[in-house]
Amino acid sequence: MNTNSNGYTIGYAAVMVIIVAFLLAFVSSVLKPTQDKNVELDKKKQILAALNQRGLEKDSIEATYEALVKSDLIINEDGSVKAENGGFNEKNDLVVYVCEVEGAKKYVFPVTGKGLWGGLWGYIALNDDFQTVFGVYMSHESETAGLGSVIAEEKFQKKFDGKSVFAEGDAEHVALTVVKAGKVANDAVEVDGITGATLTCNGVAAMVNGGLQQYVNFFNVNK
Amino acid sequence: MSQLFSKENKEIFSSPLNLNNPVTVQVLGICSALAVTVQLEPAIVMGLSVTVITAFANVIISLLRKTVPNRIRIIVQLVVVATLVTLVSQVLKAYAYDVSVQLSVYVGLIITNCILMGRLEAFAMQNGPWASFLDGVGSGLGYAWILVAVGFVRELFGAGTLLGIQVIPDVCYEWGYANNGMMTMPAMALIIVGCIIWATRAINDKK
Repeated sequence: MNTNSNGYTIGYAAVMVIIVAFLLAFVSSVLKPTQDKNVELDKKKQILAALNQRGLEKDSIEATYEALVKSDLIINEDGSVKAENGGFNEKNDLVVYVCEVEGAKKYVFPVTGKGLWGGLWGYIALNDDFQTVFGVYMSHESETAGLGSVIAEEKFQKKFDGKSVFAEGDAEHVALTVVKAGKVANDAVEVDGITGATLTCNGVAAMVNGGLQQYVNFFNVNK
Repeated sequence: MSQLFSKENKEIFSSPLNLNNPVTVQVLGICSALAVTVQLEPAIVMGLSVTVITAFANVIISLLRKTVPNRIRIIVQLVVVATLVTLVSQVLKAYAYDVSVQLSVYVGLIITNCILMGRLEAFAMQNGPWASFLDGVGSGLGYAWILVAVGFVRELFGAGTLLGIQVIPDVCYEWGYANNGMMTMPAMALIIVGCIIWATRAINDKK
C-alpha cells in the first residue's frame, strides 16, 4: 500500500483525529466528577484555613466545613442579603460565609487581587464586630518562588491575626494593609511585608484593603 | 526472556541514563528543568510524568511506524504526545490535585519537551515496540534523575527543606546560617545543570 498518496494521508489524519477526540472526551467525562470534587474540596480547605483550621486530613475537610460554615450568603452592594444560600458556587456577586467557631460567629470574605506576575486570591475571616481579623488565607497563581510565594505560607498569614480592619475614628474606609518590610508605623492596622517581595505585598495590600472595602455596607448593616 | 534483555537492549535502556543523557549530553528539556525544580516533589512528579509519556509515546509511534504517512509524521507524533499529556494531566487533576496545582502549566508544556519529539523521530520511527519502550523509559529516567538532583540541591539550600520537611536544624539558623535565595531563582538551576554536565563529562572522559 502506498502510504504517501494524498488519499491515504488525509484518511489517516481524519481517522487519527476522530479516535483521539473520542478517547479524550471519554476520559474527560469519566474523570470530571472526581476533578470537580477536588476543586470543591480545595476551596473548602482554603475557607477553613481562613478560620485557622489548617492541616486537615482530606477526609475530615467535608465534615469540618459542614460543622463550621452555617451559610454562604450572596449579598447586594448595599449590604442587604440577596440569597441565603448558594454563595459557594457564585462567581459574580459578593459572597459572605457565615461561620461559627467555638460558639462565636465569624464571617469569611473572599477577596481577589493582582500580584506581580499573576492573580491573587484569599479569604479573610473577621469576628462579628467586623473590626478584628480572626484569620486569613491567601494564595497566588505565579508569584516568585521563595519571595512573593511566601504569602501562601501560614507564617505570613498568621501576621494578620488580631489586626484591626478600621483605624480608630474612621468606620468607612478600610485601613488594614501590608507595608514594606520593617516599616510598620501603626501596629493595629499594618502588617509587616516580605523583604524582596514588595510588589507582591503591594498586591496583597490592595487585595485585602480593596476587597474588604466592598463589604463595608454589609458591616454597617449587620453591626 | 533472555532476548528481551539482551546486551543491546540493556544498552538502549542504560545509555540515556549516563553516556547519552538527554539533559547533560544532548542538552534537551532544559526549560522545564528550570521551572519545576525549586522543590523536590514537583521535580519527582514531573520526571515520572515525562518517563510515562516518553515510554508510551515511543511504543505507540513504534507500533504505528509502518503506517504513518511520511509527510505528516511529525503531526502524528505531536498528536500522540499531546493526547498522552492531556491524559496524564487529567489523571493528576483527579488523583493528585495538590501536585497538579503545583506543576500548573508545566504538565501541559511536556508536549513541547524536545526529548519526546527527539526520541520519537530518532528512535521509535525506526525500531520495534519493545526497544522503543526501553529507550523511552531510559530517556525519561535520564531526564528525571537530573531533575531530582537539581530539585534536591535547590530545595535543600534554597529553603532548608526536602519534600517540604525541614532538614537543616534550627540551631544552624541561630548560628547565622541563611537560606540561599539565589537557589529559588531559575538561573541557579542552569548553574546546577552546568555543574552536573561538568561532573558527568569529567567522569565519562576518564573511562
